[in-house]
Amino acid sequence: MKKAILAALAAGLAAFAPLAVAAQDAAAPAPAPVAASAEGGMAEAAQPAPDMASAYTPMAPTKGKGMPTSYQDDPVQSLTFQDQYSANGEYALWMHDSILMPVITVISLFVLGLLLYVVVRFNRRANPVASRTTHNTMIEVVWTIVPVIILVIIAVPSITLLARQYETPPADAVTIKATGYQWYWGYTYPDHGEIEVISNMLDEAEAVKRGEPGQLAVDNRMVVPAGVPLRIQTTASDVIHAFAVPSLWFKMDAVPGRLNEKMLTIKEPGVYYGQCSELCGARHGYMPIAIEALPPAEFAAWVKAQGGSMPGEAEAAPATAAAPAAAAASVPAPATAG
Amino acid sequence: MATTAEGFDIHQDHGHDTHDHADHKPGFFARWFMSTNHKDIGTMYLIFAIIAGIIGGAISGIMRVELQEPGIQYLQWWAQFMGGANDINTALHMWNVFITAHGLIMVFFMVMPAMIGGFGNWFVPLMIGAPDMAFPRMNNVSFWLTVAGFFSLLFSLFVPGGTGPGAGVGWTVYAPLSTTGAVGPAVDFAIFSLHLAGAGSILGATNFITTIFNMRAPGMTLHKMPLFVWSVLVTAFLLLLALPVLAAAITMLLTDRNFGTTFFNPAGGGDPVLYQHLFWFFGHPEVYIMILPGFGMISQIVATFSRKPVFGYLGMAYAMVAIGVVGFIVWAHHMYTVGLDVNTKMYFTAATMVIAVPTGVKIFSWIATMWGGSLEFKSPMVWSMGFIFLFTVGGVTGVVLANGGIDDNLHDTYYVVAHFHYVLSMGAVFSMFAGFYYWFPKMSGRMHSEFLSHVHFWTFFVGVNVIFFPQHFLGMQGMPRRYPDYPEAYHFWHQISSYGYYIMAASMLFFFVNILYALMAGKKAAANPWGEGATTLEWTLPSPPPYHQFETLPVITDSMDYHDHRPATA
Repeated sequence: MKKAILAALAAGLAAFAPLAVAAQDAAAPAPAPVAASAEGGMAEAAQPAPDMASAYTPMAPTKGKGMPTSYQDDPVQSLTFQDQYSANGEYALWMHDSILMPVITVISLFVLGLLLYVVVRFNRRANPVASRTTHNTMIEVVWTIVPVIILVIIAVPSITLLARQYETPPADAVTIKATGYQWYWGYTYPDHGEIEVISNMLDEAEAVKRGEPGQLAVDNRMVVPAGVPLRIQTTASDVIHAFAVPSLWFKMDAVPGRLNEKMLTIKEPGVYYGQCSELCGARHGYMPIAIEALPPAEFAAWVKAQGGSMPGEAEAAPATAAAPAAAAASVPAPATAG
Repeated sequence: MATTAEGFDIHQDHGHDTHDHADHKPGFFARWFMSTNHKDIGTMYLIFAIIAGIIGGAISGIMRVELQEPGIQYLQWWAQFMGGANDINTALHMWNVFITAHGLIMVFFMVMPAMIGGFGNWFVPLMIGAPDMAFPRMNNVSFWLTVAGFFSLLFSLFVPGGTGPGAGVGWTVYAPLSTTGAVGPAVDFAIFSLHLAGAGSILGATNFITTIFNMRAPGMTLHKMPLFVWSVLVTAFLLLLALPVLAAAITMLLTDRNFGTTFFNPAGGGDPVLYQHLFWFFGHPEVYIMILPGFGMISQIVATFSRKPVFGYLGMAYAMVAIGVVGFIVWAHHMYTVGLDVNTKMYFTAATMVIAVPTGVKIFSWIATMWGGSLEFKSPMVWSMGFIFLFTVGGVTGVVLANGGIDDNLHDTYYVVAHFHYVLSMGAVFSMFAGFYYWFPKMSGRMHSEFLSHVHFWTFFVGVNVIFFPQHFLGMQGMPRRYPDYPEAYHFWHQISSYGYYIMAASMLFFFVNILYALMAGKKAAANPWGEGATTLEWTLPSPPPYHQFETLPVITDSMDYHDHRPATA
């Protein structure tokens, strides 16, 4: 297995070697070996996509967008959540910043204030004789009821958020299945001619050379259309992984034998990084996720460049016929909706 | 009242100058290896917990040093030191071994033995006026099972566990990483260590329940029991109900690993998520098992040093019962991202937030106990006040995490690490230090240095906050848990966090120096060194108490309320 991973990694790196040079010269048409398409769903079959002359160039990430911010770059931003690029993410961030954060800050400071007050007011010198008060029904009722009210206030947006996160994707949502492997991700596009993208972490030096954040950059990104609903499905082939992208407020475990599904709509084009978020063995820290959201037209071009087809024209494509078999090969057990 | 006073006289007056039966001690081997004495077993538990805490704390030091800079600095060295191969994957595996060992040691071999085995054994019989535990031999079995479990865990570090030596599966031991994902005996030994420690805890729990229900001194009704005893009673029930589920789950792991069953393997009709449900059905009560005895200790200490009875005694007792009950129906909030359906997630969100209510009752009742009191800031009191504040901070981030929709981003990030370290390594640990300084004079008969205890408190307080507060920032920025390495963007706060560890580690020196000082040169402790606020039965006995106490049972009369069990002064 390790050999296979190394082979896939090496193939990915080798495929990108000319790209780094090409990136220097913006005029030159960049090669697009982005998808390591694999007919059998196996990692070893990493090979460049057939159409070398396509228009797809990996998008350059924007600093501070879709990635963590360091203290040196922005001290304030480094204390809080990443900016959000999905509607649910924005709502969740609003809920955290406008409801949860004020409430927990006030409660913590209130308790601290009371403690400081009793230290000053009721220390032995200030108050040599202790009272014998042991009950006060009124105040006990108050400090039971008031937290209940606060929690109910929190619960309203919380339940709303959950309901929004579980909205069913429309029938024409773009389906992408993310499969966790030890230790890389595979993305398949069942509605687009069963394209398969094998995504390995880029070497840190290589990532920096390409202007991407180290340990987050990958050789082949998960490319999706921006602004349209995506049906993200996750599963795993060996142990549990988790597909997580902080800037989209999205995290879903990839569990062997299950197919979890959730809708995601990315508001605008960009590169959004994430990392595996469930302990999955030795290289758990080295299987990042990079989503590249493109305008729908460019996404269609990318699909074409991968040898896939858009759903409308899928009937003619031979790859569609192979889709059920390929899906069965990569996920042995029947799907259970999350 | 006459009988009670006489009973106490036996120990206070004759205990020292006559060699009566109460203080007859067996020889060394019989006393410490075949012990049936609750105080000796409690002492052994405390020493054991301190040793385990040193090991677990040293492992967290290895982790903080590694995380101080991005990249892999020291793990390869550790991989070779532990007998593994010199390659990067073994080094990365060592990281997982460290996080696993740190978690298991701190939970099962530091906090639980100290809280329940140590303080519970020592002070439950003393506080309820009992001569010993109900099943003294079983008490001994509990202790040695825990020790055997610890050795099984330590042994697992040196045998193959897949990518390298040791079990690198996390303290949660999730399948299938712990079944098909980790070949070699290390995981079996780690699982077996949980079996042993779990069996020890179940025996201990039955012992406490029996003792508390049957061996209370005459007149000590349940509603007159000290809150520490209440807390241990609730904890014992949680142990009794939760641990068998863990035992079942990890036994299924063992059979999946070794005997071809497929409980958690989808290829054979099993389900990896089933393991998580079973684990967290145990795991969530487990976190209350770790904190409830702390609640009890804080109640005793705050009342003592405020010279005031605990405010809202019944509310305090039943808040713990409520926390225990609700603690059993919130487990899936640890699993918000596994693919629960929306109704399940809404239920667990609501149920989890309910826990904030009884916890709030406790926080406010402690403050109300201090309100109007005459506060004396002895070492146990400052640790207790630190506990109240830090536990509040850890508690409110728990309310944030309780929201299933919010947790989608925070799950398995450093925010969670910060949250549970605020409630455990500040909550539980602060309460243990508070309890230790409170009862150390009683247990050892020597006074510790108040000065060193205060220095220990302040340095420890600063240290742990510097470690864990920045981890909230890391988590919100997206830093996942259980990573030995990270993108450059997380460097700054990781570095600060590591600096905090050095402060914390240095502060522990004051603790150990303090113990040594007290044992070698400490002043002799009076029966009650804390003054009129200390009203529970253990303070009516000399320090240290005689080998066997309460041969004449104390009597709690109707005129005595819940807060004062001292015999009337002659």
